[in-house]
Formats: sequence, C-alpha cells, structure tokens
Amino acid sequence: MNYLLRGIGVLAAVGTVSLLAFSLPSGGEARGDGGGGDLIPRLTHTAWQQECASCHLAYSPALLPRASWRRVMGGLDRHFGENASLDPATQADILRFLETNAADSGRNRMGDKVMQRMGANETPLRITETRWFVREHDEVPRAAWTRKSVGSAANCAACHRQAEQGKFDEHDIRIPK
Amino acid sequence: MARYAQQAGVAVSALSPSRGEALYRSEHPGRGGAAQSCASCHTANPKQAGQTRVGKRIEPLAPAANPERFTDAAKVEKWFRRNCTDVLQRECSAQEKGDFIAWLNQIK
Repeated sequence: MNYLLRGIGVLAAVGTVSLLAFSLPSGGEARGDGGGGDLIPRLTHTAWQQECASCHLAYSPALLPRASWRRVMGGLDRHFGENASLDPATQADILRFLETNAADSGRNRMGDKVMQRMGANETPLRITETRWFVREHDEVPRAAWTRKSVGSAANCAACHRQAEQGKFDEHDIRIPK
Repeated sequence: MARYAQQAGVAVSALSPSRGEALYRSEHPGRGGAAQSCASCHTANPKQAGQTRVGKRIEPLAPAANPERFTDAAKVEKWFRRNCTDVLQRECSAQEKGDFIAWLNQIK
C-alpha cells in the first residue's frame, strides 16, 4: 500500500497548492500550472479521492451536472456493471462535494463549457456521453478507444499522461498503439 | 482472519487455505457470458499487482507483497461485499472470507 501513502503525499501537496490558489481572488476557481487550456479545477476532497480513485481516475465533478451526480451516486450498487456501494455517510459526503462543484454549479469555467453543450433536461450518466466530451475527442480514431492499451474511454490516463495530476493539456496527449 | 473465524463460529485453525485458494480461482458466469473469477482482476498470482476494468492498478492482495493488506477491517468488509456480489452474485460467508485470508496470509 505504498501507493496509497504516495497518494496521500500527493494529495497533501495538491491540497496545499489548492488552498493557496483558493485564497487568491480567483472567483473560487483554482488553476493549476497556468497552462492556457488547463481548465479542470484543482479540487481536493478526501473521500472523493480515496473512494472514486480506487477503481478509476477521480473524474472531475465539473464534467457532469448535479442531477447526473445524483443519479450516479444513487446507483452505486450497480455502477456500470460493478458493485461500488459505500456506507451512507461516505456516499452523502461525496455527493455533497460533487454537487457543490458540478458542471452547473457556476463555480468553474470547465463546468460552464460542459453546460454550454448540454440539453436542458439531459442528465448523462457517463462523461463520455456529454456533447462537450464527444466534440473534444472527435479527432480520436474510433479504433483507438478499444485498443488493449487503452481499454475504454473511461481510462483518461491512457492518452492524457498527466491525468492523475489533473492535467489534460493537449500537448501532453499521446495515443498509445 | 480471527474476526471471521469468530463470526463463523470456528477456530482459526479450522480455516482452510486450500478452500480459500479454490474460492479465489473458481470461475463464475460474468458479463457477456465470459467466465470471471477473483483472478480476472487480481491476476493468477496474488503477489502481483492487478488491474481494474478501466485500467487502474490494484495493489497485490497477498500481504507478503503488500503488508498493508487486511489491516483495515472496514476496508476489507467493503471489498468483500462489493466483489463477492460482482463475481459470485452473492455475499461471501464469514467462513469463506476467513478461508480466503488464510490462504493469502500463508503465501510467502
């Protein structure tokens, strides 16, 4: 579980940076390394990181609206074909965090971009179903998504090499063979 | 391990590493009709790291390769609950959980 300890170290570091960023008059949005295309808000939340990221990247709350997160968190016992159930307190804690920072929370520019393309009553369960995602990835050849080295579109880090650090800059992308 | 033996109402010495290994390797119908087992994600060798369905690393199950394993009772219960339901379509019994850990614990 050295990995976990390293993770906690990274989280602590990221948390410190985020706190610093949040203390600046930035409209509540913490920016990362200053890269122009880097819009994913840097957020920290212990349970979100620990629980969601034990199976997959802790996807940013800014990528789905509140109603979507409520659907996701309300169905964890059958989460895309797997049982990801949590104790009720942890589940409620994570949902609060997701709702607070959701795409339609008005708290981050990333969310604004996602919502620009969202239909009024849309509550997608998958980030990959949002029109924002589809458009951002329209240059990726269809076959690339199912390559063994990628697995599925849920595996951001397959191509976005620094996704774990919340960096999705275009120049960091390398689609594996 | 002792906790599960107690829940099952048996002595720790009555836990069976070989039954634990059999459970780990037993195959069950999974998604799309393909067979699945614990080894599907955790690999055939529990001293190796596994991989989740979306490609994230799973630290090894065997304490010999990962000393943190089975040190957090709530975490252990959480994963038995989820993974037994996914792979076996039912919860595991205390005896099965005890056997499972007994096997992993004796791997050198």
